[in-house]
Amino acid sequence: MSDLLALCDRLVAQAQPGEQVEVVAVHERETEVRAYEGQVESLTAAESQGVGVRVIRDGRQGFASAGTLDLTILDEALAEARENLAFATPDEFCALATPDALDPAALDIYRQELVDFPVETKVALALELERRTREGDPRIIGVESADYSDSVTQTAVATTTGIRTTTAETGCFLSAYSLAEENGDTQAGFGFSVGRQPSDLDVNQAAVDAVERSTRMLGAVKPPSGRMMVVLDPWVSAQFLGIVGGTLSGEAVQKGRSLFAERLGDQVAASTLTLIDDPTNPAAFTATATDGEGLATRRNVLMQDGRLEKFVHNSYTARRAGTASTGSAVRGYASTPGVGVQAVSVQPGELSPAALIAGITDGLLVQGVSGLHSGVNPVSGDFSTGAEGLRIRNGELAEPVREFTIASTLQKMLLEVTAVGDDLVWLPMKAAGVTLVIAELTVSGA
Amino acid sequence: MSTQHDARPLLDPALLQETIETALQSGATFAEVFVEDKRSTSAVLDDSKIEELTSGRRRGAGIRVVLGETTGFAHTADLSPQGLQTAARAAAAAAQSAGNSNRSVAFTADGSMPAPVAAVMPDQVSGSQKVALLQKADQAARGFQAAITQVSAHYADSRRRIQIANSEGLLAGDDQVRTLFAVSCVAQGDLGRQTGRQSMGHTVGFEIFDSVDVESMALQAAQRAYTKLSAVPAPSGEMPVVVGPGGGGVLFHEACGHGLEADIIAKSASVFAGRRGEMVANPMVTLVDDGTMAGEWGRYGVDDEGNFAQRNVLIENGVLTDYMWDYLRATKEGRPCSGNGRRESYQHLPMVRMTNTFLEPGPDDPAEIIASTDHGVYVAQLGGGQVNTVTGDFVFGMTEAYLIENGELTSPIRDGNLIGNGPQTLQDIDAIAGDFAMGSPGTCGKDGQGVPVGDGTPTLRVARLTVGGTAA
Repeated sequence: MSDLLALCDRLVAQAQPGEQVEVVAVHERETEVRAYEGQVESLTAAESQGVGVRVIRDGRQGFASAGTLDLTILDEALAEARENLAFATPDEFCALATPDALDPAALDIYRQELVDFPVETKVALALELERRTREGDPRIIGVESADYSDSVTQTAVATTTGIRTTTAETGCFLSAYSLAEENGDTQAGFGFSVGRQPSDLDVNQAAVDAVERSTRMLGAVKPPSGRMMVVLDPWVSAQFLGIVGGTLSGEAVQKGRSLFAERLGDQVAASTLTLIDDPTNPAAFTATATDGEGLATRRNVLMQDGRLEKFVHNSYTARRAGTASTGSAVRGYASTPGVGVQAVSVQPGELSPAALIAGITDGLLVQGVSGLHSGVNPVSGDFSTGAEGLRIRNGELAEPVREFTIASTLQKMLLEVTAVGDDLVWLPMKAAGVTLVIAELTVSGA
Repeated sequence: MSTQHDARPLLDPALLQETIETALQSGATFAEVFVEDKRSTSAVLDDSKIEELTSGRRRGAGIRVVLGETTGFAHTADLSPQGLQTAARAAAAAAQSAGNSNRSVAFTADGSMPAPVAAVMPDQVSGSQKVALLQKADQAARGFQAAITQVSAHYADSRRRIQIANSEGLLAGDDQVRTLFAVSCVAQGDLGRQTGRQSMGHTVGFEIFDSVDVESMALQAAQRAYTKLSAVPAPSGEMPVVVGPGGGGVLFHEACGHGLEADIIAKSASVFAGRRGEMVANPMVTLVDDGTMAGEWGRYGVDDEGNFAQRNVLIENGVLTDYMWDYLRATKEGRPCSGNGRRESYQHLPMVRMTNTFLEPGPDDPAEIIASTDHGVYVAQLGGGQVNTVTGDFVFGMTEAYLIENGELTSPIRDGNLIGNGPQTLQDIDAIAGDFAMGSPGTCGKDGQGVPVGDGTPTLRVARLTVGGTAA
């Protein structure tokens, strides 16, 4: 850890007069175990590291990265970043972040338990997950994958402007992908469990979810086309909330690519919806005390009771907008800082998913979506994704349905969120999920 | 060919031999070293500014050890003898091998590297030449129409040198050069914003810009965004879908390509498992995966397990002829590899992947296919897609599409996905034209790994697919 920061310091110290230099270094240790039919199919034990160097001079930025901590190669990277900046267009707002008054939150996201966890026990967890999933129901004919994986990540950022920060975090998760068969029909489903340390993981829950999600889809048919009330389950809503969060980046707004660009202060969503980006919430899988530029992260309320309150900024977009960074620089070591939400959630409602479903006479519960990358246009707001789930009839879950799409625009969907469930859950992505009821989406099926 | 071809191996064969022998000491049945040295450059123009020129370097080795049903894997960025020995022991331990044996390895090749397929190596081209391409594209797109309010352009090149050695004596290398260019535009109209994109990528060097005109690419991207300003909502429900030349490769990649990968087949997680020799598609359909197609995005000399790229016929006249194979699955079946063992980087295990997947041309006339379609959708450009191999249900996006009304293309329609079922769609193909074209360069994701792939089709019609729009 101190080694990473020392390495950053060493490169920063080579800054020439008139130059700003930023160095970000990452070190990661990962284990991944995959079980198949009672045996270990593969076990990966890996260590990886990388450094990104950004140099700014006269409003021009150059960048280079290398997947190593080798000092000779890092010196080359600094030289390359310097050469690269000559080709950039000068930009008066181009500069590194400078320390602000906010101290990074003290987050309990690094757990020694995981660091000390023996590999034999990791293997045993994967094998147990595979066995429990396989034995969970007589209709389960196989488990395509049952994985345990974990990572221990350390990062450091240092700059000539006085930023010197480090972070350390651990994370682990279990995931199972099961195959169920009945009357010649095969369906798949997944289950998972996520935590900071192995004792957070719930093997049984992951197995039970995988079994339920695959078996309840058996016999699924294509639903008729039409407009329908749709319930998004947490796994699905989290993916949509992540996309909505993406449209609120200061960069998208400034470059005319956000569908909410001119809408600050407007009612853009139903009043049931309060959208928050808070990387300082330790429950978030993507929690982090500092952002990609080394500034403290903070809680940003993006929409309050459906009213658009805020866009998120890194130091560049903030300077350009005449405001302050919201601590929202996002990046890996191999790229310059972008801007985006990091841990999005909504204010949960009062009712359980079952209670919400009980109030629906005719509708559809969506448990999985596909083709989000090809079916959502975050600039126009048009979306249409593949989906699978269960019909809702007279307040109860009914027959399974598949091979259909759900479509609307993000703008319209946000205004039509009629209820938010009480089941907020953090998922292995940059958003939390919660049951959402949407008044109307177009279902395209038979 | 490059004037500075360096035939020296990335790592000394003696060092590779020593590393493999260490990995085998504990009784493993198979050991492999994969060495990679990749350099890349990327330049981005956005909002009328050259935002950055960036360079990246990735160098390291992945060591794979197989014992029985278990694969152990470790990787390292430290290519010293000591770093490789440590990784070899870690991989052997991960494979849980605990025996004690001494096996020696003799390579059947000298390890010299082939020459890269590039007339002008991108690293010999100045940054200002690369940046100038971006500026030309920006000016062309902005000059198209006042409605074009934003333009971004991206240039990228890479040179990936790999070397593979294994305990069966294989020693091979490859030098892969890639060059990519893409333009994206935003158009603003009374009803909101729309987007248009055009991209190209080839496994050659900077000489590609002698034959590719970035200005016309920019105009195409601008035209797409501008046209969509008057787009109507896409229809909703089942109808005939005509896919234009080059556009439909993604459809086959998702509808059946993934389902023909032997690792998915072996776990019975594909609707195509156990169906070799069966008629799975309309007899007009001949589907090929070809890693040797010169210049195409999914082309390479050897795969990431050291086997030569091949042309593999997957479906011939409607009959499923073969799956695609990597080392593990081929060995299990006692058959040769098909050159489809690929990995994203030295930090990843190889698995079965597609290369350039395409549909052979058919007998029909493209204009006649549209004219004989009473009512439906014409997709000129597809976005990405996704498949559930277990059920065969797949989606793909349309980023340029039109209504077909009374045999004619009419209104442009807004973006959306189409959904179908792979085996059903293969049967429902009822027309294939002779106007073959390759599509845009793609990145195929599987199990968290992305690899470059190409695809292509002539104009074709699927009698029935579900279009996922919002219009009743």
